[in-house]
Amino acid sequence: MKLKGKVFKYGANVDTDAIIPARYLNTSAPAELAKHCMEDIDATFVKKVKPGDIIVATSNFGCGSSREHAPLAIKASGVSCVIAYSFARIFFRNAINIGLPLLECAEAVDNIKTGDALEVDLVKGTIKNITKNKIFTAKPYPDFMSELITAGGLVAYTKKRLAQAKA
Amino acid sequence: MNLAEKILAAHCGRKVVAPGEFINARVDMVLSNDITAPIAINEFRRLGVSKVFDKSKIVMVADHFVPNKDILSAEQAKQMREFCKEYGIRFYDVGEMGIEHVLLPEQGLVLPGDVVIGADSHTCTYGAVGAFATGMGSTDIAVAMATGDIWMKVPPTIKYVYHGQLGKWVGGKDLILYTIGEIGVDGALYAAMEFTGEAIEELSMDGRFTMANMAIEAGGKAGLFHVDNKTQLYIKSRARQSYLVYESDNDAEYQDVIEYDVTAIEPQVSLPHSPANAKPVTKVGGIKIDQSVIGSCTNGRIEDLRLAAQILKRHKVHQGIRCIILPGTQQVYLDALAEGLIETFVKAGAAVSTPTCGPCLGGHMGVLAEGERCISTTNRNFVGRMGSPKSEVYLANPAVAAASAVTGKITHPDEVMK
Repeated sequence: MKLKGKVFKYGANVDTDAIIPARYLNTSAPAELAKHCMEDIDATFVKKVKPGDIIVATSNFGCGSSREHAPLAIKASGVSCVIAYSFARIFFRNAINIGLPLLECAEAVDNIKTGDALEVDLVKGTIKNITKNKIFTAKPYPDFMSELITAGGLVAYTKKRLAQAKA
Repeated sequence: MNLAEKILAAHCGRKVVAPGEFINARVDMVLSNDITAPIAINEFRRLGVSKVFDKSKIVMVADHFVPNKDILSAEQAKQMREFCKEYGIRFYDVGEMGIEHVLLPEQGLVLPGDVVIGADSHTCTYGAVGAFATGMGSTDIAVAMATGDIWMKVPPTIKYVYHGQLGKWVGGKDLILYTIGEIGVDGALYAAMEFTGEAIEELSMDGRFTMANMAIEAGGKAGLFHVDNKTQLYIKSRARQSYLVYESDNDAEYQDVIEYDVTAIEPQVSLPHSPANAKPVTKVGGIKIDQSVIGSCTNGRIEDLRLAAQILKRHKVHQGIRCIILPGTQQVYLDALAEGLIETFVKAGAAVSTPTCGPCLGGHMGVLAEGERCISTTNRNFVGRMGSPKSEVYLANPAVAAASAVTGKITHPDEVMK
């Protein structure tokens, strides 16, 4: 699957309060959450983001709370994937579980600027910076994680597992 | 193996596990709250199972936006209440609830050697009783409620050794803020933190809960303490069932061992907007504040309130400063009442609230306006955490928060307790 979009680049330690402030957690409706995505650190994000766009950040993206609302808000805002040096542990689980693709690739992050156009091939794990005409390869997922992603997230994976246990 | 590895091995039917391995761990307690449970409930229903794996091992606590702060929050709490009734799950509602991470240990629901998962990042708090406890998302919790197990990657463990003796007004909060200041908010990313050393042996259970609670603020997956006499004493009267105590082997492997001498450490204050911006309180330079919050899953236990009361017994809250004190559970509230702490607080001009996470995450009961500063015993000082994105949060221990409420600026407790 190929994803294409323009880049919104942020720095280190983008926390879940920045991704979706807690004051909006009185609902879990993705479309509602998307209205406030990145609001406190980038007030213009919601106005500018288009379907397919890509968030790029440095280290520890998604640190802080366990709110699954964070990847839900990003996904519902139209963002197709997030590329970073590294992700906070719970955010990483949540994103995989709900089907928001994440890629770890420091070299790509260092060679991408806000506004660059990217093409990401999730199967090959390649990140192409169309603006700069450079290609990078993301860190491959461990086998188990690939299995989860291929199954379509944790609920689909578990459904399959439960069905097999019954059979 | 180390403590974390031993507990995880015992929960996946293996003799040995090593960092980096994927396992399916059996869980002893599955937790969610009024913010995270609604998604977990929806995902649970999508799984299409007719019952939960074991209703005695699931707990839901309404604590973040309750007593309901608005209609939408009321709907979320209602959804939880109804789901718990339908499936026979223990639900802690207003009047008996407390902040989840103060409540569960107090009620003996988390025990040494347990694997506990919760849809709340501060689930790592239970490492204080020697459990492997970690935060996850709502979907993880939905699956665990159905199956009784969850996938995990065995984390490497970093051992933190605290030598020396803690000074006056220095406790668990200061040790953990100091540690995060040293290693950064991703200093223990994906790792289990094991807290040891003679300063840890001297630390009370309440102090240990505070430290374990903030392991996540260093990116940690868990923050563990070994079970000693203090733990046994705490657990004995509370445990509802038997438990197993695990110890790290002498030849256990660690990703790193980091040692600190804590003798000279002062009370710490973490400046906006990162818990890693920790500084000794005397180096902060009397920053003016508008509000002081004492409570939360980090510092809402009886010992925290006693510290605050020690200062507020002799002093009044400064004119123009809002001091808000939130006992962590109904039991903490009752104990504080019996000890006269609540009267002390009210007479000093503080507002005392029913237990709630409320102000910590900018929910209710003390939201900040633009340009306002708050000293808080909570755990995060991110942009907009307690309200306006243009407000500021300073993290500190309860004595510093109380002393600052008295002077109106960030203050070392010694300054008001001469």
